[in-house]
Amino acid sequence: MKNLYPALVLLALVLFAAAPVMIVNAPYESTMGLVQKIFYYHVPSAMVMFLAAFVCGIASAVYLFRGHAAADRVASAAAELTVVFGLIVLVTGPLWARKAWGVWWQWDARLTSTLLMWMIFLAYLLVRRFGGPGAEKLSAAMAVFGMANVPFVYISVNIWRTIHPTTRVVPTLSPGMRGPFWFCVAAFVLLFGLLLAARMRLEHRRADVEHLYLLAEEE
Amino acid sequence: MFLRVAWLVMRKDLTVEVRSREILYTTAFFAVACVLVFAFALVKEGRPLEDAAAGIMWISIAFAGTLALGRTFERERHAETLRALMLAPASRPAIYVGKLLGIVLLLLIVEAILVPLVALLFHAPVGARPVLLVALLVCGTVGFSAVGTLFAAMLVRARSRDVLLPILLYPITIPVIIAGVRGTAALFEPVPADDLAQMWIALLAFFDIVFVTLSLWTFEPLMTE
Repeated sequence: MKNLYPALVLLALVLFAAAPVMIVNAPYESTMGLVQKIFYYHVPSAMVMFLAAFVCGIASAVYLFRGHAAADRVASAAAELTVVFGLIVLVTGPLWARKAWGVWWQWDARLTSTLLMWMIFLAYLLVRRFGGPGAEKLSAAMAVFGMANVPFVYISVNIWRTIHPTTRVVPTLSPGMRGPFWFCVAAFVLLFGLLLAARMRLEHRRADVEHLYLLAEEE
Repeated sequence: MFLRVAWLVMRKDLTVEVRSREILYTTAFFAVACVLVFAFALVKEGRPLEDAAAGIMWISIAFAGTLALGRTFERERHAETLRALMLAPASRPAIYVGKLLGIVLLLLIVEAILVPLVALLFHAPVGARPVLLVALLVCGTVGFSAVGTLFAAMLVRARSRDVLLPILLYPITIPVIIAGVRGTAALFEPVPADDLAQMWIALLAFFDIVFVTLSLWTFEPLMTE
């Protein structure tokens, strides 16, 4: 695993360097034109945000019921990544919306629920930071509720037919766009995995140091 | 056994409340003050802002609910009764249900004062569809309190619980507030939109089921040290 990590980082670098080339060569969408290219970063980061929220929620549930400290570390790393990738979604979305809808923000079901989900995980980080002793359990409950939100966010576009494109866009992509799109998804998922691993390693080291401190104090 | 424990916990809370009436009086007063502030801000020359009544009603309920939750568990913490409850050989979910019922009942009493006041100040036709309105209020209050009871109980031991409760509670319960506001606004139209209100009530019932299930599921591990 240790030897694999630098290789994977290199692979991620190559993927992210190659992605713009593929995106440039992808066919132009007839109505949106150039601004449609945001899609290649917006949707994959949204997918990774959902993935991170699921990882966080499941790890939190495991921590709540089994009490494994490792699960808690996974959950806290995944929560941070949910917020980071959520930020990418919430920044690229309005950039696209300004061109496509003429406004930066619209209170439609998908946008509102995405913002709420992002806020839940932001609250998770706040609780973890300022909750004092026992905050891990509190934030774990928060993550379980946040995870319950994900399916709701995903299907919201299909129930409330509003302005945001539905979930049917991705399966019906034209062949020329499909390649670059899934390429970007792979790049983002790899980035997520690498960041998660790095973050968990850091937390692991921190726990080790704390343990050593406690041992030193006992002596 | 389950229902009996829940009933006893609820009766304990209500007995304490009936004797002091501390939370009821303070929460009701706070809610009324809230509505009045909104009335000053949003009523111009005797004409309220369009659709303001529904929003203000639910904002006041949410604020008053947060206050009531904080106070209820502050009392538990102060008297160490929550620890005693946890030591008792009773199932945790039953304790949770008891606390939840107590909070819901308290909030419903506050709403009985609040809703007519909103109707009076914002010219809202509360009498037009009383059954649907009560259904909306009950479903919304249960959903809000289900999450609130869980987090307030957990926060009893946390350091900055007064700040953290709204931080935890509002993002998660905003779907409930949205459904409540939209449903109520549909009922307050000049011609009440029954089917729309029923759709929001169904959604609220769905939220209630999800939130109560999740809370019952997580209450036990959360309240174990």
